[in-house]
Amino acid sequence: MEQKQALFNYLLRLGDNAAILGHRLSEWCGHGPELEEDIAIINTALDLLGHARSLYTYAGEVEGKGRDEDDIAYLRIEREYRNALICELPNGHYGDTIARQFLFDQFNYLLFSELVNSTDETVAAIAAKAIKEIRYHLRRSTEWTLRLGDGTEESHNRVQQSFHDVWMYTGDLFVQDESDKAVIEAGIGPDLTLLYPVWQDKVKEVLKEATLEMPENGWMQSGSKQGRHTEHFGYILSELQYMQRAYPGCEW
Amino acid sequence: MAQEKDLQKIFEEKIEKEIKIEPKDWMPDEYRKNLIRQISQHAHSEVVGMLPEGNWITRAPSLRRKVALLAKIQDEAGHGLYLYCAAETLGKDRETLVQELLSGKAKYSSIFNYPALTWADIGAIGWLVDGAAIVNQIMLQKTSYGPYSRGMIRICKEESFHQRQGYEILLTLCRGTEEQKAMAQDALNRFWWPSLMMFGPSDKDSAHSAQSMAWKIKRMGNDDLRQKFIDQTVPQANFLGLTIPDPELKWNEEKQSYDWGQIDWEEFYNVIKGNGPCNKERLAARQAAYDNGAWVREAATAYAKKKAERKTKDAA
Ligand SMILES: [Fe+2]
Ligand SMILES: [Fe+2]
Repeated sequence: MEQKQALFNYLLRLGDNAAILGHRLSEWCGHGPELEEDIAIINTALDLLGHARSLYTYAGEVEGKGRDEDDIAYLRIEREYRNALICELPNGHYGDTIARQFLFDQFNYLLFSELVNSTDETVAAIAAKAIKEIRYHLRRSTEWTLRLGDGTEESHNRVQQSFHDVWMYTGDLFVQDESDKAVIEAGIGPDLTLLYPVWQDKVKEVLKEATLEMPENGWMQSGSKQGRHTEHFGYILSELQYMQRAYPGCEW
Repeated sequence: MAQEKDLQKIFEEKIEKEIKIEPKDWMPDEYRKNLIRQISQHAHSEVVGMLPEGNWITRAPSLRRKVALLAKIQDEAGHGLYLYCAAETLGKDRETLVQELLSGKAKYSSIFNYPALTWADIGAIGWLVDGAAIVNQIMLQKTSYGPYSRGMIRICKEESFHQRQGYEILLTLCRGTEEQKAMAQDALNRFWWPSLMMFGPSDKDSAHSAQSMAWKIKRMGNDDLRQKFIDQTVPQANFLGLTIPDPELKWNEEKQSYDWGQIDWEEFYNVIKGNGPCNKERLAARQAAYDNGAWVREAATAYAKKKAERKTKDAA
């Protein structure tokens, strides 16, 4: 695979992860369990959207067809979005959101800790800025996992179910294809198969402290790297793209 | 009793000399009640105000606009938090204040009972609603209660930023296609009169105005504030090339200010009574957030308690 194409695909995946999860988190705005949580969730959403913007802008440069961050964010069809499936899952209740966030943050933290040393200078620079924020996201979602897991009986049961429900989407985070191989070979990004066991250990540690049981690795859903999404995804796009599709070619 | 008389005198002297009243100072019960009502109403408005704009986060037309909108709404949440703290200094806790909002006992600004129907509404809300709020809040920077005054100084800076951001959204629309400009005009048509209503009833009909002025909680009457807002906003509308939906609007050379038409007070009182387009949705959304969050808040409290107990056990 041509390296430019591989890098472009890789940047889209990273950008889509951030944009789509940021989109989901932003849906909490005004509806969180406490005013302080609204503020904190918006913070994470803002960070992720910031990462997405840098990554999309760079993806556009790599592609060299003159697409900017908005062309990439708004004007693709469903199958062209490459975010991990876990990012697009509905918010559910607060425990569902926290379980999704913690598992993703742990992945994102390990990934970006490696990207800081990328041979691609722009990727390294984006990662160096993002990692500080991602470290904070992970700390926050870890704390909430502990609170809900080791809080009341009700919260324990609820968030335990959340982890069980979301678990089958975790394998998808670590699936690799041709683009990944090219990116690994060029030293741009890490080998995800090496991160997987570390991720498992870290997650296990936190769940244990939260008095939660680590779900079994049963059947894992996958398909994000081919742009095969869940049914939820189309609805995200119908909101996200509404203005751009209804009023094509306008400045906003 | 003699003592209370002295305290009353000290209080009045402070008001007279523009010395701020602080939480630990003695103050008349009515002053306290009046302030709690006003500050909590202000706090509720910040929080309920997140909802109409929140509608448009997932549909914002560009990433730059999305991020700006999200950050703006985050500011409003911060204002709410800050104002609840100011109200708490007067001896009523946030939980009680929130209950009063949910039960309908406490009010919030009626403007948030109007729907945000198009993207241009996000511009209009920033420009007009934050704009009207600023006129009010600049006046409140000089309010006699210290924590409220300081809160306003801090909040005003962010509000001006919101207003510019909203205006800039409309400016972009007005320089865009015919469709975009029509969208902007439509937003102005719908938000103009409700924005004027934000200043409340005319002073002669306002239940709280006179006493609030005497205590220097408010420093200007509703009518003067409204006029100030109109005078500063009309030229901004002209610059956009939009028409203010008031056929009677006319510059008065002698007054050096605008003459304008009549507010539909029946609509105003109807919305206050709960008959606005979104009254039910707004309260239902706050109620749902409160109810759905109950188990989360309980868990956080329980966990904090366990953690503290473990700490003392370890220390022992
Ligand atoms: Fe505000
Ligand atoms: Fe504001």
